[in-house]
Amino acid sequence: MVDNAEVIIKVRGLTNQFGRQVVHDALDLDVRKGEIIGVVGGSGTGKSVLLRTIVGLNRPIAGTIEVFGQDVEKPILGEDQRRPQQRWGVLFQDGALFSSLTVAQNIEVPIKEHTDVPQTLMNEIAAYKISLVGLAADAGAKYPSELSGGMRKRAGLARALALDPDILFLDEPTAGLDPIGAAAFDELIKRLRRALGLTVFMVTHDLDSLHAICDRIAVLADKKVLLTGSMGEMLACDHPWVHDYFHGPRARAAQIA
Amino acid sequence: MVAGTAQLETVESSDELLVAARGRWDITSVAPIEQRLRELRPGPTVAISIDLAQLEGLDTIGAWLLYRTQRDLRVAGFTAEFRNASADHLLLIEEVSANDQPCEIEPSRGSPLLNVIRHVGAGTTDIAAETAELLGFLGNIVAATAHVLARPRRLRFTSLVYHMEEVGLNAIPIVCLISFLIGVVLAYQGATQLRQFGAEVFVVDLVAISILREIGILLTAIIIAGRSGSAFTAQIGSMKVNEEVDAMRTLGLDPIEILVLPRVLALVISLPLLTFIADLMGLFGGGLMAWITLDISPAVYIERLNQSVGLWSFFIGLIKAPVFAFIIAMIGCFEGLKVVGSAESVGQQTTRAVVEAIFLVIVFDAIFSIFFAFVGV
Repeated sequence: MVDNAEVIIKVRGLTNQFGRQVVHDALDLDVRKGEIIGVVGGSGTGKSVLLRTIVGLNRPIAGTIEVFGQDVEKPILGEDQRRPQQRWGVLFQDGALFSSLTVAQNIEVPIKEHTDVPQTLMNEIAAYKISLVGLAADAGAKYPSELSGGMRKRAGLARALALDPDILFLDEPTAGLDPIGAAAFDELIKRLRRALGLTVFMVTHDLDSLHAICDRIAVLADKKVLLTGSMGEMLACDHPWVHDYFHGPRARAAQIA
Repeated sequence: MVAGTAQLETVESSDELLVAARGRWDITSVAPIEQRLRELRPGPTVAISIDLAQLEGLDTIGAWLLYRTQRDLRVAGFTAEFRNASADHLLLIEEVSANDQPCEIEPSRGSPLLNVIRHVGAGTTDIAAETAELLGFLGNIVAATAHVLARPRRLRFTSLVYHMEEVGLNAIPIVCLISFLIGVVLAYQGATQLRQFGAEVFVVDLVAISILREIGILLTAIIIAGRSGSAFTAQIGSMKVNEEVDAMRTLGLDPIEILVLPRVLALVISLPLLTFIADLMGLFGGGLMAWITLDISPAVYIERLNQSVGLWSFFIGLIKAPVFAFIIAMIGCFEGLKVVGSAESVGQQTTRAVVEAIFLVIVFDAIFSIFFAFVGV
């Protein structure tokens, strides 16, 4: 559907190394505007490292990463430019909410920092985002320690969406959720994409999610992106790991569903 | 992308108020028009139309403002419609309107005066409860010690040695430095005062008695409370956060025996040794300063030490060491096991552990002083 769309994240020749262990070796990846891309790979293939590198939390040894056509390593000069941090939202695995602030205050943090929106409107925005991610109204005044894992994830998503980002990065969004919660989360991502025109980059192991919402799947193996394509292409691939991944017993169950 | 501006233009006609929305309506630009939208009223007519034809960009915040304006106007009894809205605009506005759910931002705090009273009350009952708990914990340690004494092989020897290295061996440099400096300071201050009476030689008595009886042990105990007591709390506390302590219990292991006993024992053995080193370094510092400022030669210094300071002065300091060590280690482990939930709690309990340990050490030092005065040593 989005084959000719503009490339919004462009990774070229990315090399990551920790000590002697090479995680990525000259990795290339394109993410197109408006798509939901799922990154899969075995444990230790550097899925999360790739996500962290794109959002600038990890400095690569070599390679360039362009987001919105801008090199993320280069500082942006000039006040009238929105920095990439204001144009993407990141959801960490356990939400990574600030523990000393309530959920609503967590959502207000980026708004307060980057805009001059008055407090009353900010409270309305926070309330709206809380409802948007499917949290009850009384969750707003709660502290992260009072929430369950699934609720923390939703609250983290609300914070990631606070500035109406163009790109959403999700690190294992459905891990640790019950199947109903996970399916609801998938639906939520899909709806948000439609309503807000989001591009979604997600690292996941959840075959149901891959089936349900991903337009494209990128397989990380052998320190590179081995293959990108639709679910159909994944199923047709005869690389042993890819075959095992998408044809294993769990994969079959997901297909039936 | 250049942050745009959001504009609003109103044209009044006989039958309606026409509002033209222009520019980008997104989170970076809507702040200036928010108040105007809130106060928007149609004037003489009851109808209002918002024209979105010239809107260049809309995000959920802009959509929220449009929706809110419409909602408020309708509640106030006017008719409010959008004109020339594109499908994208309508989708966004619909998405926002489906999520109109006001919520509290912070939990309500109640009246400040009542809060102060509640705080004092809670603090008081907390102290009572904590004292009871601490005594219970003391009982647990004693019981676990008895258990281990009956079967000495249950003592975690590796852990004990590791903690002795951590709290004892590794603390030697800082204990040496600080007690040496205090010896120097005492001798120097004493010298300047005592010289006025021509009683310079009593500097030796001053330094020796104060270091051996009080300062050596007290200083070491306070350093160790800050250095190791806090470390105990942080270590056990983060294990608590990680559910490691719960995991131990489910595996049938006793956290007191595995975590607490080796730490307590390690400190009870190490602190007297550290105190001995602190005493030596304090005396050395005092002697050095006496030599430099008062020309009391090392030979005279040692001679005077022998005459004026009885063996008991030395023992009084050293007797206190295991008791203080037990207090510091017990409080450190106790507060660590009381950590609940988050990393924030680890920080709070660590602070409490250090404050409580130092407080109790000083209280017990006072009790020892009274006792020794009573028995006359």
